[in-house]
Amino acid sequence: MTAGSDEPGGPAQAELRVPGRGAGLRDVARHRFLLKLLVDKEIKVRYRGSVLGLLWSYVKPGVQFIVFYIALGIFLGLEQSDRNPDGLPNYAIYLFSGIVLINFFSEALGNASRSIVGNSGLIKKIYLPRELFPVSAIWVSGIHFLPQIVILVVACLFTGWSPSILQLAVAIVGFLIAAFLATGLGLIFGAINVYYRDAENLVDMLLMVATWASPVLYSWEMVRRQLGDTALSIYMLNPLTVSVETFHYAFWLPTTDQQFALPPGFLPVWLPVALAVALFTVILGQHLFRRLEGRFAQEL
Amino acid sequence: MALAIEIAGIQKRFALRHTRSLKETVLWLLKGRKGDLSKTFAALNDVSLTVEEGETVALLGFNGSGKSTLLKHISGVMLPDTGTVRTRGRVAGLIEVGAGFHPDLSGRDNVFLNGAILGMSEKDIHRQFDSIVDFAEIGEFIDTEVRFYSSGMYLRLAFSVAVHTDPNVFLIDEILAVGDEPFQRKCISKIKELAEAGKTLVVVSHDLELIGQICRRGVVLEKGRIVHDAPVAEAIAHIRGQ
Repeated sequence: MTAGSDEPGGPAQAELRVPGRGAGLRDVARHRFLLKLLVDKEIKVRYRGSVLGLLWSYVKPGVQFIVFYIALGIFLGLEQSDRNPDGLPNYAIYLFSGIVLINFFSEALGNASRSIVGNSGLIKKIYLPRELFPVSAIWVSGIHFLPQIVILVVACLFTGWSPSILQLAVAIVGFLIAAFLATGLGLIFGAINVYYRDAENLVDMLLMVATWASPVLYSWEMVRRQLGDTALSIYMLNPLTVSVETFHYAFWLPTTDQQFALPPGFLPVWLPVALAVALFTVILGQHLFRRLEGRFAQEL
Repeated sequence: MALAIEIAGIQKRFALRHTRSLKETVLWLLKGRKGDLSKTFAALNDVSLTVEEGETVALLGFNGSGKSTLLKHISGVMLPDTGTVRTRGRVAGLIEVGAGFHPDLSGRDNVFLNGAILGMSEKDIHRQFDSIVDFAEIGEFIDTEVRFYSSGMYLRLAFSVAVHTDPNVFLIDEILAVGDEPFQRKCISKIKELAEAGKTLVVVSHDLELIGQICRRGVVLEKGRIVHDAPVAEAIAHIRGQ
């Protein structure tokens, strides 16, 4: 744990060390207890003083889902029906499985980007591994994501869901891709936000784009049909596209007659590529964060 | 005796103007980085200081002399532009009582949160918990949300957590004592107790009387430089003589 707990040898045995230079994300693992307390705090404080409380975590995505379903599924004809045989079967499940994932990503990245400025009171006064703040923001989003997954699974079970082990494993990888990507980008934008508050607004804009630039509301085949194979390849380079598609693969596809194909090369190529891109983002984010964190205390 | 703190030739410059926008920066870059983006001044200028384990040091000086900035370098909150700072063992402090407190959490939750923020392990906090609550004289209010506390209760609890963190080097910025008079006396005797137990103390305060009681050594800062380093009585005389 912290330096204090390995103290029985007495202070004389400790080395002289440079304060304020942490080991980055590895320090977060060493401060698991503090991370847990920070996450608990966020969870307790989030819906304090509101009547619906934690129910907001259900109401918000629920309303969002209904709006999208009526506008896109029914009005714009994405839902398959007798009059509209070209649509997607079980479009509601298709839509919801993508929405829960993109909501997790949006909340995680949005909160991580604000976490450093939001905790400026602490950062200016006490040295802590500052990565704790973005990481705890991601963690909190992960906990808010759980009830939504439960609703998704229940809805899937009603529509005859029987996934294979492979499909479930792929969904877990897909979730990790989104989580890593949010961590990496959260470290980058969280650090930049200290210097330029423009970063917050940039993130809000990016998140709006993210919902539409991945196959949450429509299917990847529309991208190929309209723009061709090259554009599809570029489209698949977006780790979020892959992440959303893993959820379709695990939650939506098993509720259909499994006629819809995955994008070509999805499991052998695009899944590992997306994971690599997400992990690279974490490394890049960590690097940038550590270069910028030296002056956090004076810039905040 | 081994060194607890070693500060070698550190310099720190601060920007004077902080209303920088992306637009201004881009314009500045486009103009070939002409001129400084913002004016700077030296908050610390070639400061060197060594503190032995068990020493009690007061940092003295007028407002803006760099005392608190120096303390922030020792705690690692700030990094020097040039020069090095090294410390031994765990450094923690009463930099700001209650900086890690959240008003919507109960006193109990805040003790755990703040204890962990100040570097205590889970085991330490469990072991010290009763002692923290006793010292703060919070009693049955420990499970009440902190925003319902009186300001005195709030400060007592925060102070109590901080003095129970048991670091090797204790940094104290301006809050030697909080609350009403009996509790203030308790704070001061606790700090003296820490000093007698061989903890290294670095104290920033304008309360010269109190500093004279607690510290042995006085370091006077002026405009970011150390101008006097002597036994505390002499350092206080130096400050008063100016």
